[in-house]
Amino acid sequence: MFENLKIVFHQGKQFIPNVKTAIVPGIFRGRPIISREKVNEEELMALCPTDAISVNPVSIDLGKCTFCGECAMRFPKKISFTKDYKLASNVLDRLIIREGEDKAVEVNPEQVRKEIHRVLGRSLKLRQISAGGDNSCEMELNAANNVQFDISRFGIDFVASPRHADGIVITGPITKNMADAVQICYDATPDPKIIVLVGTDAISGGLFAGSPAIDRSFLSKYPVDLYIPGNPAHPLTIVNGLLDLTRKLK
Amino acid sequence: MNYISIKNNQTIQLSDIPESNYESFYDMNLDLVRAHTERHCVNYFGYKVGNNIKLICCIADDSTHKILVSTCLVNKAHSLESFTPKLLCFEKFEREIHENFGINFIDHPWLKPVRYAFNRDDMSQTKENYPFFSIDSEELHEVGVGPIHAGIIEPGHFRFICNGEQILHLEIQLGYQHRGIEQLFIEKKKLLQRATLAEDIAGDTVVGHGTTFAHIWESLCGFKTTRDIEFARTLALELERVAIHVSDLSGACTDIAYQLGSSVFGRLRTPIINYLQEWVGSRLAKGLIRPGRNQFPFTPALAERLTQVLDIFEPEFKEMAEKLFMLPSALSRFERTGVVSNADAISIGAVGMTARMTNLNRDIRTSHPFSLYPELKHSPILKRHGDVYSRIQIRREEIEQSISYIRQLISNVPVPPLTQEKLKTPAPDSFCLSLVEGWRGEICHCALTDESGCLMVYKIKDPSFHNWLALALSVRNNEISDFPICNKSFNFSYSGHDL
Repeated sequence: MFENLKIVFHQGKQFIPNVKTAIVPGIFRGRPIISREKVNEEELMALCPTDAISVNPVSIDLGKCTFCGECAMRFPKKISFTKDYKLASNVLDRLIIREGEDKAVEVNPEQVRKEIHRVLGRSLKLRQISAGGDNSCEMELNAANNVQFDISRFGIDFVASPRHADGIVITGPITKNMADAVQICYDATPDPKIIVLVGTDAISGGLFAGSPAIDRSFLSKYPVDLYIPGNPAHPLTIVNGLLDLTRKLK
Repeated sequence: MNYISIKNNQTIQLSDIPESNYESFYDMNLDLVRAHTERHCVNYFGYKVGNNIKLICCIADDSTHKILVSTCLVNKAHSLESFTPKLLCFEKFEREIHENFGINFIDHPWLKPVRYAFNRDDMSQTKENYPFFSIDSEELHEVGVGPIHAGIIEPGHFRFICNGEQILHLEIQLGYQHRGIEQLFIEKKKLLQRATLAEDIAGDTVVGHGTTFAHIWESLCGFKTTRDIEFARTLALELERVAIHVSDLSGACTDIAYQLGSSVFGRLRTPIINYLQEWVGSRLAKGLIRPGRNQFPFTPALAERLTQVLDIFEPEFKEMAEKLFMLPSALSRFERTGVVSNADAISIGAVGMTARMTNLNRDIRTSHPFSLYPELKHSPILKRHGDVYSRIQIRREEIEQSISYIRQLISNVPVPPLTQEKLKTPAPDSFCLSLVEGWRGEICHCALTDESGCLMVYKIKDPSFHNWLALALSVRNNEISDFPICNKSFNFSYSGHDL
């Protein structure tokens, strides 16, 4: 008993008090900023492993970016990654960061379905499906549940059955071999339900986009409610994204 | 003898690998492995040469620190004698060759699909018609679990045959995570794409697979790495080991409903991976390992910071571990649960922790040392009982061991050279094999280049590939309620297996 209390005492307070303002340590690669500096744009484009960079104007698609940081390393005056971990949006176009822009990536409340705030605004139960995910986004989703990020304090939980869920969270590029299971799980989730994509692989397919072992047809059938970029997505990106979607009232 | 003996990370000409007919190839490899526990098969795969299939078999010899590579050319039209009835450790490899190329192996006890690869030979084989074993009985019942599991983990299907609460047999059907990654290694031409792919093979073994690819590429290009590059890899490998082992201890506590251990170990992973973020900008070290480059030079300031992190981590970890390992209610769940015998581990060719928990000494860090491991004088941690408790003990002791290695490493931070040698292009018509001990165990990649030096075949073998069978064996005669703790105590990779 005393030993247990001693351990609890030594652990102290672990939770992050404010997940919106917490500062991540070190050299986190979050939302990039692109300057108007003139560079060899073809070279810059050719550098990117997933063709996330396009020109006129120079922009980075966070849905495709693997956050390897190679572009910032080779063109430090053109591109820099900030420590801003708020990267989630419900609109794909908001994931595209253009040159000269320095504004937060946000959920557009106009485009959030009405029932989401009404029904899921206070309590959100999610069923996670890994469909070719490499276990990195899965680990970060688990971390969002740990005593530090503690997503359940906001009434957001991951549940064991789609029958108990208000939506599904997909990681991975959706492999052919998982396509049926994703559909069955979605069908088993009661309405109204949301779809959340976590990680570059889920949002765009990432490096696996053209692979013949992938089947992304599920995503063309249903609207996606939230995109949470990252490779893997940081727990703070996940927590803030879900809060932004369900709590932001018009 | 009709094989070539090479060292870890050695590039040879493809034509240097002696080719024999299947009969002598079969007899030779059988003799090499049978009754030699110091030898095991690290990779056995095929690739198409015209209408024929070329098989390459790589046997690692731990006592001589060499890898014995042999090859043979076969045709789909001819059935081949199977290794498996005599050596179970070839079971998965032969199934994979059968799935990919349609070669029939006579007497293979279960020539079932491995991962339903998109380019498999027989497209009529699907997940739906997988030939599960079944037993006709009114007293037995089957339990199917997955592919989607209750927690946030990767997908796979488990089929139990149970007698009441007791498991008689478990069959594991995988392949749900198949992304065609080996094919993508050939198709994606940029080095950065391939290095990123290597990191994505298994997102929990970013450094392990990343380092294996980097070593293979540097060897093919004749690149001599500098000390600072290998320093970063060794350090990151050990940090990765600490981080995942701690979170596995947390998982084990979760599965026996020990809340305090689950929370404390769970949160103790954070300082380690946050440190990786401070160093390389990613909590899982994605972006760190690049062939021919020291992407994030390690500085004395970073060393000092790491010492601070470990000074806080160590007492907190020790306090919790001591409590857990003295707790009768926890130990009663760990001890004698999910046992794999030493004989079984040898027969299935187990590697890494799965081998070491049964006193089978397999650790690439000593048997085929790479990076800075020769100077760390690593001595593998071995346990004898092969139960959940042994697996948990190995994790605890390996964490302590890794921390002492990390402290030893950062006491002498190498200075990067002023000029870095440029990475050339890979040698043509070559073969290279690289072995790295990741936290799960031995990772083996093989690369073959064509006459213009382009990558022709890239073969990946995660330790989980042949270790999954250990899980199936361990749960026999256990209660089905002990399955989660057995599964977690191994923590095999789905994506590393399915590729």
